Amino acid sequence: MKEITASMAGTVLNVLVSEGESVSAGQTVMMLESMKMEIPIEATEAGEVSTVNFNVGDFVNEGDALVVLK
Amino acid sequence: MRKVLIANRGEIAARIVKTCEKLGIETVILYSQADSDLPYVKNAKVAYEIGEPPVVKSYLRGDRILEIAQTEKVDAIHPGYGFLSENADFVRKVENANITFIGPRADVVEAMGDKVRARDTMKDAGVPVVPGSDGPIDDVEQAVGLANKIGYPVMIKASAGGGGIGMQRCDDEKTLRAAFVSSQNRAKAYFGNDEMFMEKFISNSRHIEVQIFGDDEGNIVHLFERDCSIQRRHQKVVEETPSPFLSEEVRTQICTAAVQAAKHVKYTNAGTVEFIVDEEENFYFLEMNTRLQVEHPVTEMVTGLDLVEWQLDVADGKLLPKSQDEITRKGHSIEYRIYAEDPNTFLPSPGSITDFVYPEQEGVRVDTGYDANSQVTPFYDPMVAKVIIHGRDRTTAIEKSLAFFTQWKLKGIKHNGPLFESLLKDEQFQKGNYTTQFLNQRSTKVNN
Repeated sequence: MKEITASMAGTVLNVLVSEGESVSAGQTVMMLESMKMEIPIEATEAGEVSTVNFNVGDFVNEGDALVVLK
Repeated sequence: MRKVLIANRGEIAARIVKTCEKLGIETVILYSQADSDLPYVKNAKVAYEIGEPPVVKSYLRGDRILEIAQTEKVDAIHPGYGFLSENADFVRKVENANITFIGPRADVVEAMGDKVRARDTMKDAGVPVVPGSDGPIDDVEQAVGLANKIGYPVMIKASAGGGGIGMQRCDDEKTLRAAFVSSQNRAKAYFGNDEMFMEKFISNSRHIEVQIFGDDEGNIVHLFERDCSIQRRHQKVVEETPSPFLSEEVRTQICTAAVQAAKHVKYTNAGTVEFIVDEEENFYFLEMNTRLQVEHPVTEMVTGLDLVEWQLDVADGKLLPKSQDEITRKGHSIEYRIYAEDPNTFLPSPGSITDFVYPEQEGVRVDTGYDANSQVTPFYDPMVAKVIIHGRDRTTAIEKSLAFFTQWKLKGIKHNGPLFESLLKDEQFQKGNYTTQFLNQRSTKVNN
């Protein structure tokens, strides 16, 4: 279990992966919007997506687990 | 004019209240759920909550805002900058409700908001525009053909764009092909309009703008220029007046061109004509902002005028308070935009302010909507304050600025204060030797 966390508070603009999908390290998994800026959230390592915890429009806090990898 | 509704937030809402209080005009404040604890909201006599934190659920709700204006029987609405200030549909609705919109007419807002139309209008007015496309570009093939004619690098821009969004520099055909489609998609998503146009990229350029003002009788004056070349992500960070770069001859020419542009569209109220200026001081029209600018205080500091007071007067049908000959400027003024962001990466840094104190002295002005206990939320622009310094000349203004930044305290959030300290000690900045690429090209890292 590896968590990909939010680097800052913001609103989910786009979810780019779905459950069961394989991701590689450095791949953008979600786009957040904070203070009128788009912030890409990248996978720190490769893995298979087990859960996506937020939907477009949701508000996330810094450190929230956005995507969990198996 | 007795009562004004302020359809904005933060420092500009607080700043408009100040002038209204000075003139004995009542104000109505609006705030989102995220802004209920900000000092100017807590101090307001009349304030309405208008919705949840996201801008589409609060500050962009034009119909709700108009309803409140009618309930409160206000005489006028001041839109500030951003949000609904350049939304022609909103301006039209305000006009139709027989409420005064503090700004130009809806048709002018509309004509200048469409950047392709604005270029054409300025060509008609005899004002030079950046070499580029005539009208909109329909598809990527047309874009490639045009770029070959103009010569790389080129800038592609969204016709409905603004605030640095929807524009990209392209150095070759491959970049252009990729960028054209992605910029078009972004423009569609952000502005609901995917019309694109192209301009030649002007290297080593400066961004210089002219403050203009017009009244209902057709009088137009300028209030000199501002140099806004210190930018990051195509957004201004430092602005100053006079420009340390322009020769007296071109300074006069650029101010005259701005007045000519404003006259051509029969402009009323406050506006800004933005130009890009190349190394040889050739200047080209970029766009016209049909509202009060963030950086208007530097103009106020050198002219001694209150631009919001002028806006209220002109909106009320009065003549411009001064003629061109009566408008003079004294000394030098520099504004620093304090952003809640990492000073090196420029990434946003929302959070809680824990300490915010600064020296109060002559020639130092701080405009802010926050205080030492405020939350800076992720929902809005990262600007937490504007620090505006005035000195008898540029050297004095720089010395005063350095003194300010060594004495003030802003804690709890990351911010770009340390960048300004470093910038003010930079020999090139001190010489006024900078272009719009200055911050991007700087290798000096500053401590947070």
